[in-house]
Amino acid sequence: MDQTTLNFIVVGASFALYFGIAIWARAASTSEFYAAGRGVNPIVNGMATAADWMSAASFISMAGLIAFVGYNNSLFLMGWTGGYVLMAMLLAPYLRKFGKFTVPEFVGDRYYSNAARVVAVICLIVISVTYVIGQMRGAGIAFSRFLEVPIDIGLYIAGFVVLVYAVLGGMKGITYTQVAQYCVLIIAYTIPAIFISLQLTGNPIPGLGLFSTMAEGTAGAGQHLLVTLDGLLTDLGFREYTATTNPWLMALYTLSLMIGTAGLPHVIIRFFTVPKVSDARWSAGWALVFIALLYLTAPAVGAMARLNITTTMWPAGIENDAVAEADLPDWFETWKVTGLLGVEDKNGDGLIQYYNDANPDMAAIAEERGWAGNELVTFNRDILVLANPEIAQLPGWVIALIAAGGIAAALSTAAGLLLAISSAISHDLIKSVFRPDISESGELLAARISMVVSICVAVYLGLNPPGFAAQVVALAFGLAAATLFPTLMMGIFSKRMNSAGAIAGMLAGLISTCLYLFLYLGFFFIPGTAVFDSSQYLFGIPPTHFGPIGALFNFIAAFLVSRATAAPPQEIQDLVESVRVPRGAGAAQAH
Amino acid sequence: MSDDSDNKAYWSANLRLVGICLVIWAVASFGFAILLRPLVAGISVGGTDLGFWFAQQGSILVFLVLIFFYAWRMNALDREHGVDEE
Repeated sequence: MDQTTLNFIVVGASFALYFGIAIWARAASTSEFYAAGRGVNPIVNGMATAADWMSAASFISMAGLIAFVGYNNSLFLMGWTGGYVLMAMLLAPYLRKFGKFTVPEFVGDRYYSNAARVVAVICLIVISVTYVIGQMRGAGIAFSRFLEVPIDIGLYIAGFVVLVYAVLGGMKGITYTQVAQYCVLIIAYTIPAIFISLQLTGNPIPGLGLFSTMAEGTAGAGQHLLVTLDGLLTDLGFREYTATTNPWLMALYTLSLMIGTAGLPHVIIRFFTVPKVSDARWSAGWALVFIALLYLTAPAVGAMARLNITTTMWPAGIENDAVAEADLPDWFETWKVTGLLGVEDKNGDGLIQYYNDANPDMAAIAEERGWAGNELVTFNRDILVLANPEIAQLPGWVIALIAAGGIAAALSTAAGLLLAISSAISHDLIKSVFRPDISESGELLAARISMVVSICVAVYLGLNPPGFAAQVVALAFGLAAATLFPTLMMGIFSKRMNSAGAIAGMLAGLISTCLYLFLYLGFFFIPGTAVFDSSQYLFGIPPTHFGPIGALFNFIAAFLVSRATAAPPQEIQDLVESVRVPRGAGAAQAH
Repeated sequence: MSDDSDNKAYWSANLRLVGICLVIWAVASFGFAILLRPLVAGISVGGTDLGFWFAQQGSILVFLVLIFFYAWRMNALDREHGVDEE
């Protein structure tokens, strides 16, 4: 059986599982469609949250991001997990006590204002739509690489699969599908990592292998893996794997990702599905347990893959000849076809020299040894995880599992985002603003139609991605940090915060973040409209790091405006009091 | 619903707990892993320094412990102040 057939069987089996769950978990009411009837066990919800949160970026890209930069990109590990501490202590339990279905609903009710509700809906849609484009692309690419179908067809298949279980089951169907998807993706991620860790260090736990000594029979046996890696990289003119560059910028970016994570609506609404406030607290912890299983493995995958690639290119050590082009392993051939990997024998000696030709110190060595520049000309960081089983020479079914895992990671996040978008439309725009008299079954139908429309839009944007997709992801995190997070937090922790303050705060966060991004990346990301370039960053702060500063503007504007205007009415102050104590959450469940 | 003064005591106990947890949260991640890395550079862990370990694994483990500790303490506080869900 060839690899593509095997991939089809494994991916097909995972889809059959998702469809089975969809039929079993049909939603019969709006409460089931929006919040899975609030009957989800906190551990199960933790697992679903982990799949919801870990996107194609976590599964496919993160290890590569760490591998090619080293210590500095640990900021993704801390940034994408540290937000859960904020969510568990500052938002999740209180929003669960509030006992409604969407994030804009809390904003609208707490700030007794449909204007605030609509601003929150706009922020939510911008954040979630940007995010979903990347997921659809990720699924399309996984399809085209592993199943050899064109990206377009891959996108249609992905859209159809999500359509089936999200429209039928709403949050209920999505929750239980996400549990299955989590299992697929964590197994797919961990198995190759275990084998690679065993080969390099003899330790079966990759996270421990990262800090262990090299196994017998490997280059540098007995020496710590990280010492070996640092040595190899400095000899080739790269930066040490463990070296620090700019700690302040690293801290700022970490904070931006943390606050952004805590403010992402598709993650927050997952905590509306558990039965009790105390369950929401436990559930945040369980979510992080399941996320940590992947996040503690990812840095090991990154470092070990970097080491494997370097020793593949220099099989006899750096002091001897580089690898001959004819001797490159088979997986090089497979990936060269995709254009994500490329070699070019610049000096025509039949060998492929891999080193940092941008480092001036390497020029003398290169001249002495007759090198004419780095000959591993392309190495896309996303290959790392996808090619991991091939690099470790694992059997075909592990490669098929990686395909199913990558698709599961993309689909689970896409479904969560689509639910956040469609519930904001059907519940916050249609029911709360335009048609307050809509019936329960009418709203359920509206929710299903919004879901279908959202999926069509997502597939369309996946087929025709705006050229600025990469920058827009920075916008998603920056906006979540600068708009939703401060507004939600003040709604709980400040009784004095009123509607004028909240609206002023959200607008201050929204406008300052958009303006900073647009000034440096172009207005609406249209190329050529940027006013400044990257050498002119204010205090050296790149636009991707702006989230905490936008959040600060939000807090300041909200504080000043709320103090200059009247305190919120008594019933709103009572609402805040009731959100702060868990007692009575059961009553809100009946809603 | 219990009376106002009890709810106030409950809320200030919660704020104190959140405050302590967030200080630890910040010291582990922004502190040891990033800004204070040079201070703990003398402590070596598995071929590198403590700061590198905190950045790649330690802070995530600290976050985990913090969330579970907070959930356990808060659920106990709910009962002590009589505001738990029956």
